[in-house]
Amino acid sequence: MSSSITSGGPVRSGGNATEEALERLLAESREIRGVSLWQDAFNRLRRNRTAMISLWCLVLLATAAFMTPLLPLQSPIDKDLNNRRFLPPNLQSVVLGGRPGLKFKDGKLTSELAKFEASLAGTQKKLIEATDLETQQKLSNEIESRIAVEHPFNQMWNNLGGVAWWMCKVRVAVFGDYAIPSLFGTDKLGRDLLARVFWGARVSLIVGIVATLVSLIIGVSYGAIAGYFGGRVDAAMMRFVDMLYSIPFIFVVIFLVTFLGEETVKQELASYGIDQITIFYIVIGAIYWLTMSRVVRGQILSLRHEQFVEAAKTVGASSWRIVFRHLVPNVLGVVIVYLTLTIPSVMLFEAFLSFLGLGVSPPDVSWGLLLNDGVEALSIVKVFWWVVVFPGGALAATLFALNFLGDGIRDALDPRMKNRD
Amino acid sequence: MRDLIGYLLKRLSWMLLTLWAVYTVSFVLMRSVPGNPFSGERSVPPAIERQLKARYNLDAPPLQQYWDYLVGVVTRFDLGWSTRLEDYSVNQVIAEGFPVSVTLAIFALVFAIIFGITAGVISAVYRRSTADVMLMAAAVFGIAVPNFVIASLAILLFVFMIQLFPAGGWGTLSQVALPAFCLGLPVAAYIARLTRTGMLEMLTRDHVRTAFAKGLPKRTVIMRHVLPGALLPVVSYLGPAVARVLTGSLVLEKIFALPGMGSHFINAATQRDYTLAMGMVLTYTVLLFAMNTLVDLAYAIIDPRVKLQ
Repeated sequence: MSSSITSGGPVRSGGNATEEALERLLAESREIRGVSLWQDAFNRLRRNRTAMISLWCLVLLATAAFMTPLLPLQSPIDKDLNNRRFLPPNLQSVVLGGRPGLKFKDGKLTSELAKFEASLAGTQKKLIEATDLETQQKLSNEIESRIAVEHPFNQMWNNLGGVAWWMCKVRVAVFGDYAIPSLFGTDKLGRDLLARVFWGARVSLIVGIVATLVSLIIGVSYGAIAGYFGGRVDAAMMRFVDMLYSIPFIFVVIFLVTFLGEETVKQELASYGIDQITIFYIVIGAIYWLTMSRVVRGQILSLRHEQFVEAAKTVGASSWRIVFRHLVPNVLGVVIVYLTLTIPSVMLFEAFLSFLGLGVSPPDVSWGLLLNDGVEALSIVKVFWWVVVFPGGALAATLFALNFLGDGIRDALDPRMKNRD
Repeated sequence: MRDLIGYLLKRLSWMLLTLWAVYTVSFVLMRSVPGNPFSGERSVPPAIERQLKARYNLDAPPLQQYWDYLVGVVTRFDLGWSTRLEDYSVNQVIAEGFPVSVTLAIFALVFAIIFGITAGVISAVYRRSTADVMLMAAAVFGIAVPNFVIASLAILLFVFMIQLFPAGGWGTLSQVALPAFCLGLPVAAYIARLTRTGMLEMLTRDHVRTAFAKGLPKRTVIMRHVLPGALLPVVSYLGPAVARVLTGSLVLEKIFALPGMGSHFINAATQRDYTLAMGMVLTYTVLLFAMNTLVDLAYAIIDPRVKLQ
């Protein structure tokens, strides 16, 4: 390129030609796009077919889990001990709220819902007409308590949050009483397994994500602080990690969960507004941060004498700012790789604890709990294969996909893998 | 030799420190549960409650209890009395469960090592063949699928559908085989991957090329020159493998209803038998520490470049 300038310049007179050549050069350089590290990694990831398939499967799973209340599924908690115990997978149509024991009007959820709303209408009308504050307060309290106790949704779904409640309403409005038949069969209490696998996915995925985030926050801050300050602080902090490493954590956690499951402890925690499942997330997250902190510390140690840190110090940035604005973003690659490896192990641990009856407790559902039910049903003479195969398959497929994606991301972010295929 | 003794002493002091920390934390947790282990059940007459408390040393002030238990453990290896299993001391429970768990763990580890290394060698030597692809797919399966899922599927297949193994019980080889297989499979999968990677790396080394060049048969080259170097990562994985087998045996003993330490521990945890659970945690800590130290020693013996520290 440079030769064209020197040869083209003197032949044609004036600066016009040089300018033209320069222009051409500039145009060409504008065409060339710099590829950032992340873009490069993403391109490499895209070429990895197993990783991409896994990624799409996981996106699909996450969407399905999030949309579960909107899907026309059966009730995950409504038991039918008389007619529907251990039904094999089938295509018989099911009406939502059709079980006689529920005593719903016309044997339908929609009719019952209409009846309930009609019975509330009188009070609501009074509430609108009421003028003084006290009556208004009293009436709205009455409505709330009636919804909490008598609303038919409470018999079909367990402990719906605000968004999930609204989604269930939309689902009833759109699909009415239609429910997908029991494609996965039913369990020992006559509950639909398909619905339970879907609702269990929510709990399992949330545990995986939240616990990983907890471990991420603890591990990255701990490792970054130890690495940045170095010296004695580093030695003391890392000795502590060494000691924690040598404790067999699974056993201690089981001990801890036992302690947290005690009625009185539960009540005390509830008085602070913490429920058991939150504790569960935090406990799991709190044991998976050790490796993360070691990895981050190692990286920070090698980065802390770099010039950009010096520069930040010179302009008077505080240590806090240097660690979290300048150093931590630089170790993000390692953190992401490690994160993709943590999520499956956290999900596995949740399933493991729930399977042992020490994790998520009924009426909440998670995959580990479903598997536990399944294995209990196995010991009966007749083979109810579907109670094990479907939840086990769901868990195995998810872990499979997460592992493949983790491997793919690790390869993609590894600069040594560049231009290799 | 002095290295060795120094190293062992250092490990021992670390272990004691860890044990003390675990003990203190568990003790504090145990004591911070309001009431006592018997207050939840039907109310007993005060005289009997006093007797119960005296037996479990619950009437002493907390610091005294902490000290008494510690002295008992250190001087007599006495882990106290189980609060739920009648007339059983924690030591007795461990003495009953230990042989079962250790037998299961040894079978599982031996199976994992033999199977894993064989699979790894085959897939490295016949790289990119069908066997390689199949074995590595199986390895990914073994790593990704939790062992309790494998165990439930195995029960479904080999106990109920094809009646090959008995459903439960303990004592004969056929009763050990299925749980040991399920317990060892994830470890075997990991070992297979490690072996394959190590083998592939070693196969490109100069001394291997020399060995081939001087006309040694393939078998000799692989057994004598490639495999020993390739197995180093496997040896260092054995420490985590032991931990994995021990934790895995918690669920497998539950699924197969084996009377080992794992199922006792789970029962202790679900029934809130704190003394038993604490005794188990301490025992597991010692076990894992001992195994890790052994593995480190073995590693130093195999690879002279490694210095114990």
